[in-house]
Amino acid sequence: MDASEILGIALTNLISPPVLAFALGLLAVAIKSDLRLPEAFYQAISIYLLLGIGIKGGVALRNANITELWLPLLATLVLGLMIPVLAFTISGWLTKLDRVNRGALAAHYGSTSLVTFTAALVFLESSSRFVEGYLVTLLAVLEVPGIIVGLLLASRGRSESVAWGESLREVLSGRSIVLLVGGLALGAIAGNAGFASIEPFFGGLFTGVLTLFLLELGIVAGRRLPDVKKAGAGVVVFGLGFPILAGALGVSAGLLSGLSVGGAALLGVLSASASYIAAPTAVRLALPEASPGIYLTASLGITFPFNLIAGIPLYIWLAESLEGVLSWTL
Amino acid sequence: MDFVGKKLITIVAESALEKRLVGELHNAGIKGYTVSTVHGAGIRGQRVGDLQGGNVKIECVVSDDSVEGIFSVLSTHYFPHYACVAWLSDVAVFRGEHF
Repeated sequence: MDASEILGIALTNLISPPVLAFALGLLAVAIKSDLRLPEAFYQAISIYLLLGIGIKGGVALRNANITELWLPLLATLVLGLMIPVLAFTISGWLTKLDRVNRGALAAHYGSTSLVTFTAALVFLESSSRFVEGYLVTLLAVLEVPGIIVGLLLASRGRSESVAWGESLREVLSGRSIVLLVGGLALGAIAGNAGFASIEPFFGGLFTGVLTLFLLELGIVAGRRLPDVKKAGAGVVVFGLGFPILAGALGVSAGLLSGLSVGGAALLGVLSASASYIAAPTAVRLALPEASPGIYLTASLGITFPFNLIAGIPLYIWLAESLEGVLSWTL
Repeated sequence: MDFVGKKLITIVAESALEKRLVGELHNAGIKGYTVSTVHGAGIRGQRVGDLQGGNVKIECVVSDDSVEGIFSVLSTHYFPHYACVAWLSDVAVFRGEHF
């Protein structure tokens, strides 16, 4: 694995339609275009993506061997608890933020970004790399613990108690979890035969819909970019550096728990990505004094574009490089 | 025509707060309300917004004696931290018992 290969992966990723659509969204903001996807359409395709990825994961889960699942599952749980603690500690070294804002960051980086995951999955599949289909299960597992740990860390710095009930209800009954877990169940029950009947809609069209979604996210992220300057250098360094660390941890944990190179790369992507849908709502309700100008700017304005453009190829390259060192077979 | 004088409370807030604000209004004993999705700009500009769906406008006609309670809750729990504004207008309604 040499430098030209990582550049090759990076370039293929960069010129894939979803990433180019994201760039188009950024460009649209830069030239002050009035382009936006209609709100209801955007909400509808986010439901499509969540349900679609859940169903495909469920079908894979049904075909998976349970004994090969428990180690990656355990690794994911450990990552889910460890990453927010690391984010909390490291943001303390890099920034002057108080506990509440660092806890908010920890909640975002501990949780995951479905779109980053999906973009990485589509990229891995399109470049014919094998990925265990049940990785979506790990996505669902990693979604929630990070938010809880982040809120816990922040709550120790507050005089008022945290509105736990409301925030957790918001996360657990929010569409991310309902559609992902619901989709997993649906796919596991329907199996291959059932999936065949909906494949044209949820399979064939998937990358196209993802491309539209990323166009909108490019616009939303582009509108966040002016806030990056306000957030300060420490937050920028954190937003770019932390995903590399978390991604490397995820890749290593993936390989050690017996995942394939593609699977480990994807666990790296999950670990590196920061939430900008489930976590912001939960944090907004639980920690009103934490500033969205920090946590949302970091996750959506810095880390998301970084992962999409540079992170995904980097974690794939890391997984391919570390394979010989960390992989083992039972 | 028998018009009755009432107060109209209009709250514009980030949409993450919708459920919570409607809950507060119910606690204050209101009988009905209207929510619409809106967009605009204010002095704060910091919200979770965008992906969660911008702002909501909650309108609610109440009797004079509920006004103070509602605004004191808004001032304590919402104005300091959230993108949230509210104003009060005099309105005249038909069928006063509906409000």
